[in-house]
Amino acid sequence: MMHGIMANAPLYAVLASALAAVAIAFTGEKHRNLRETWTILASLLKFGFIAAMVPGVLAGVRYEVSLVELAPGVSLALRADPTGVLFALSASFLWILTSFYSIGYMRGGKEHKQTRFFAMLAVCLSATVGLALAANLLTFVLFYEILSIATYPLVIHKESEKAYRIGRQYLVYAITAGLVLVAGTALIYQAAGTLDFQGGGFLPPEAGRGVLVTIFLLFFVGFGVKGGVMPLHSWLPAAMIAPTPVSALLHAVAVVKAGVFGFVRLVGFVFGPGLMGKMGLSTVLAGLAAITIVLASFIAMTKDDLKARLAYSTVGHLSYVVLGVALLTPTAMLGGAFHIVTHAAMKITLFFCAGALYVHMHYTKVSELDGVGRRMPITMGAFAVGAVGLAGFPGTGGFLSKLMIVQGAAEGGHTLFMVILLASGLLNAGYLFPVFIRAFFRSSPEHTSYDEASWFMVGPIVVTAALALLLGTMPDAIFHFFGVASEAVSAVVAGGAP
Amino acid sequence: MITDFFLGRYPFLFIALLLVIGVYGMMMKRNFLKKVIGMTIFQTAIYLFFIQGAKKTGASIPVYSVDLGSASDAYMNPLPHVLVLTAIVVGVAITGVAISLLLVIYRRFGTLDEARILEQMRESA
Amino acid sequence: MSHIPVLIPLSLLVSSLLALLAGLRSPGWGHKISLGGVSASFLFSLAGIRAVLRDGMPLRYALGNWPPPVGIEFVLDSLGAYMTGIITFIGVVVLVYAPRSLARETPGREVYTYPAMLLLLTGLTGISLTGDIFNLYVFLEIAAIAGYALLATGDRAAPVAAFRYLLIGSLGGGFYLLGVAFLYFSAGTLNMADLQARLPDLVENRAVISAAAFMIVGLGVKMALFPLHFWLPDAYTNAPSAAAGLIAPLMTKVAAFAIVRFFLDVFPPSFLTEALPLVSTVGWLSAGGILFGSVMAVAQKDYRRMLAYSSVGQIAYVGLGLGMANPVGMVGGLLHILNHALMKGCLFLIGGSIRYRTGITQIAEMRGLGRLMPWTMAAFVVAALAMIGIPPTAGFFSKWYLILGTLEAGNWWWFGVIILSSLLTAVYFFRTVEMIFREPEEGDPVARIGRKRGAGVTGVGPSPEVQLGLGGATEGEREAPLSMLLPILVMGAAILAAGLLNVAIVNGLLAGAVAHAGG
Repeated sequence: MMHGIMANAPLYAVLASALAAVAIAFTGEKHRNLRETWTILASLLKFGFIAAMVPGVLAGVRYEVSLVELAPGVSLALRADPTGVLFALSASFLWILTSFYSIGYMRGGKEHKQTRFFAMLAVCLSATVGLALAANLLTFVLFYEILSIATYPLVIHKESEKAYRIGRQYLVYAITAGLVLVAGTALIYQAAGTLDFQGGGFLPPEAGRGVLVTIFLLFFVGFGVKGGVMPLHSWLPAAMIAPTPVSALLHAVAVVKAGVFGFVRLVGFVFGPGLMGKMGLSTVLAGLAAITIVLASFIAMTKDDLKARLAYSTVGHLSYVVLGVALLTPTAMLGGAFHIVTHAAMKITLFFCAGALYVHMHYTKVSELDGVGRRMPITMGAFAVGAVGLAGFPGTGGFLSKLMIVQGAAEGGHTLFMVILLASGLLNAGYLFPVFIRAFFRSSPEHTSYDEASWFMVGPIVVTAALALLLGTMPDAIFHFFGVASEAVSAVVAGGAP
Repeated sequence: MITDFFLGRYPFLFIALLLVIGVYGMMMKRNFLKKVIGMTIFQTAIYLFFIQGAKKTGASIPVYSVDLGSASDAYMNPLPHVLVLTAIVVGVAITGVAISLLLVIYRRFGTLDEARILEQMRESA
Repeated sequence: MSHIPVLIPLSLLVSSLLALLAGLRSPGWGHKISLGGVSASFLFSLAGIRAVLRDGMPLRYALGNWPPPVGIEFVLDSLGAYMTGIITFIGVVVLVYAPRSLARETPGREVYTYPAMLLLLTGLTGISLTGDIFNLYVFLEIAAIAGYALLATGDRAAPVAAFRYLLIGSLGGGFYLLGVAFLYFSAGTLNMADLQARLPDLVENRAVISAAAFMIVGLGVKMALFPLHFWLPDAYTNAPSAAAGLIAPLMTKVAAFAIVRFFLDVFPPSFLTEALPLVSTVGWLSAGGILFGSVMAVAQKDYRRMLAYSSVGQIAYVGLGLGMANPVGMVGGLLHILNHALMKGCLFLIGGSIRYRTGITQIAEMRGLGRLMPWTMAAFVVAALAMIGIPPTAGFFSKWYLILGTLEAGNWWWFGVIILSSLLTAVYFFRTVEMIFREPEEGDPVARIGRKRGAGVTGVGPSPEVQLGLGGATEGEREAPLSMLLPILVMGAAILAAGLLNVAIVNGLLAGAVAHAGG
């Protein structure tokens, strides 16, 4: 039996930033330092609660909170299982860093509507942790929808005509995806009578092929939009119009990862690997993910705008997770799950660097970056670390997660996917390496002396780059990320309540 | 055969005719007051239907008479009559409100012709 | 025998008359008595809900002590308690809201407006409680007449809209009355419970079948069931905001409730599907109505007209729930009565607040309102999210039940209709949300108001302006007055509460009522 505060830790983790959002809204621009304090406090609290649950979760303890009954037989319920904790842990940790980074970015760029920015960011994190720790599909969908709505004000932050136009497109994608998810959830409820996640799946095969395929398609659309699987990905590059902290945290770590996390839940805890494999659905999923990986990498190479290039890179890497999960072998799934974390660390580093370049030097294009390595060596050095990691060089987290996916592909006998994965590493290098190569190995008369961006931004960049390296060398040392991921996969394989 | 059909049911056919005339008036006439008249005809047809339904062959009006005694067959059904009384009151209230509205409309638009009123509304919109 | 079933409409009726008399002497008292009356009725409704939940048995009251089936009986069962609760709650909220709004939009006429509102509520609660089919006609027309009067006091075109509503409404009432006649002459009784006992033997009787058809058409007109909806857009657009806030959430819903009452507790279940496919007809027409309403709403430029067409679509959700003829779907439809009443009521009241402060009624002019009236607009966002169906607002849950109902019925078309209409709803609401939260540009009404008020929150500077010509608001006042803001916020909170507590509502009040649906 749970005692004391920890019993309701999942709830507190979700609420920490929700309450902060209210505090932020009321504090306002006049007391901006106090307002920023709320953000930082909330992020630390949030992470604290989740990290505190990790030892228990690894030992098999399940923290559960069940609130009001939302529909017959389905409650608003949170449950900290390894899969959820993995996602929540990475999101909340990176939010701490993003909070500091955002302060530097917003103040450095003298941005407008900062209160709205920080408040909505807090709400988004609440929703992210909520869906990470959701115990059933309805709770998941609830937070998923909230996340979609809460990200809108952040996407249109600039408030230009273009921003509003993109915001409308974003909403269409997000709301349609949400509706499709609701439809799929209703179908599942009708077929299975329950919505609780179960390791190894809870959908009864007796539901019939038609129903099951429809469910899969609906969820494919619903999750695929957020998870950037082609052809549902086009909102992601467009959404880069948002401020870089938004792109970094939400569109590399939280929102898009919610989409692929949804696929993890779908394959691991709703359908189950057995059913997915038997019906051949996993092959479809894997195929589309593979296409996405390749196509996105090629498109990334054509983009001169740095954030656009990073956006397509994200699209590609999200499909790594999907591919890992779709290959159905435990190793591949472990690789995919772990990639959620490693990619987050690496990509956020890159986005942070892009933001620093924008705020400090007003650079947005790759072609502008010649020689900037002299001026901003720490930033570009971190970029190099992230890039190398994404390409899958040994010693980085990216290498480890990718290796496991490749291994998993080998175990399943999917040579084609192995080739694609290995090739994509080269493609990654192709579009990322030029960035720091130009920065360091070309010179420009403009950049002669050291002149970094503010420490609010550079500090987090260093931390995330370090994390990217540590995940590759000591994967379990930091917050037991790797251990949690392993537990997550075991839960899928073992079956039963996750 | 056909004459039997008509002779046996002519009140109902008449009522149906009134209903149709009433609805025709409400829909097709352009003058608002004529529409109200149509509505009244429609409502009256319904009252007549109730009264007609209360009729029993060979029965007397539903007022107690010592000669006829207490047999229920001797009297027509009083309940529909009562219902009709209530319905008439309701109808009067509706007609009253309708005519009040027409007064306001006439004062505001200077006409009770539907086409001209719509035209004026379109212009000011 | 409990007095509560009769006290609910009676308190409204009595206070209506008293409010008229008092109001002629002093307008302030007219409002106070009205508010007192509706509050009393609301408290009685709560007592009724409590009694029904506790005992599980309906409360009965025989008027004049004449026992049914001879006399007229008022029955407060779980469904009736549900409806009266909604009706009186909205009544209280709107009556708190009304004074300032009416003073701005229809000055000098409040004396007559409050009694009319109370009469409307009398009619609506009477419909919800009566156990006699003719008595239902009387209350139906009471509510209708009060509604015509209320709607006529608005804009220039209001009397015309009210008149056309009167014509078609009387046609509907007339058809219903014809149905009553057919039923009475076939079954020999006017009491609903008695009819329920007698009708199964008369299933083949053509008069009874015709009666059902007449009644459904008649009530369908009142309910604005597509394609009998065309009175609604003009009526709601031109009405005073407070009146729209009272009528839009309730009028059509109570008519829909009446149809449900007939489906569930009067006509035998098999009857409605076999003799004439009435149930599925209502369902299909509703599906059409949902799409029609949603599509038309997207095309509207006037805020109120957009809400009016939206209402046509939303009431059709209730009809769709009926059409599914299974318990889950019906629960969804019935739950939507509550949810939509809260959402649409809130939206119309917000429209009234906007009009009060700025005179704005067109969506295109609403740019920048988020800055001017933040609290009101926050409530707007909640209501908009609820209309689209985003959890955890109430709107999501009625759609959830409805979707499950379509799956249960195996009707994929209706399933698609619900999904598609939600998307359309998102379009027309988010368009408005975007407008509201943008910065006002030069020439926008909101910008003009902001400038005339002087910059900043300090309020120091220009002297108060009494007449802005746009709405008459004075300097320093930006958000709506508290008597208007508070009801809106209460409704917004209720939208969230109704969402989170939906299972309690369903289990407590609705599940029992629909248990035997589906025949």
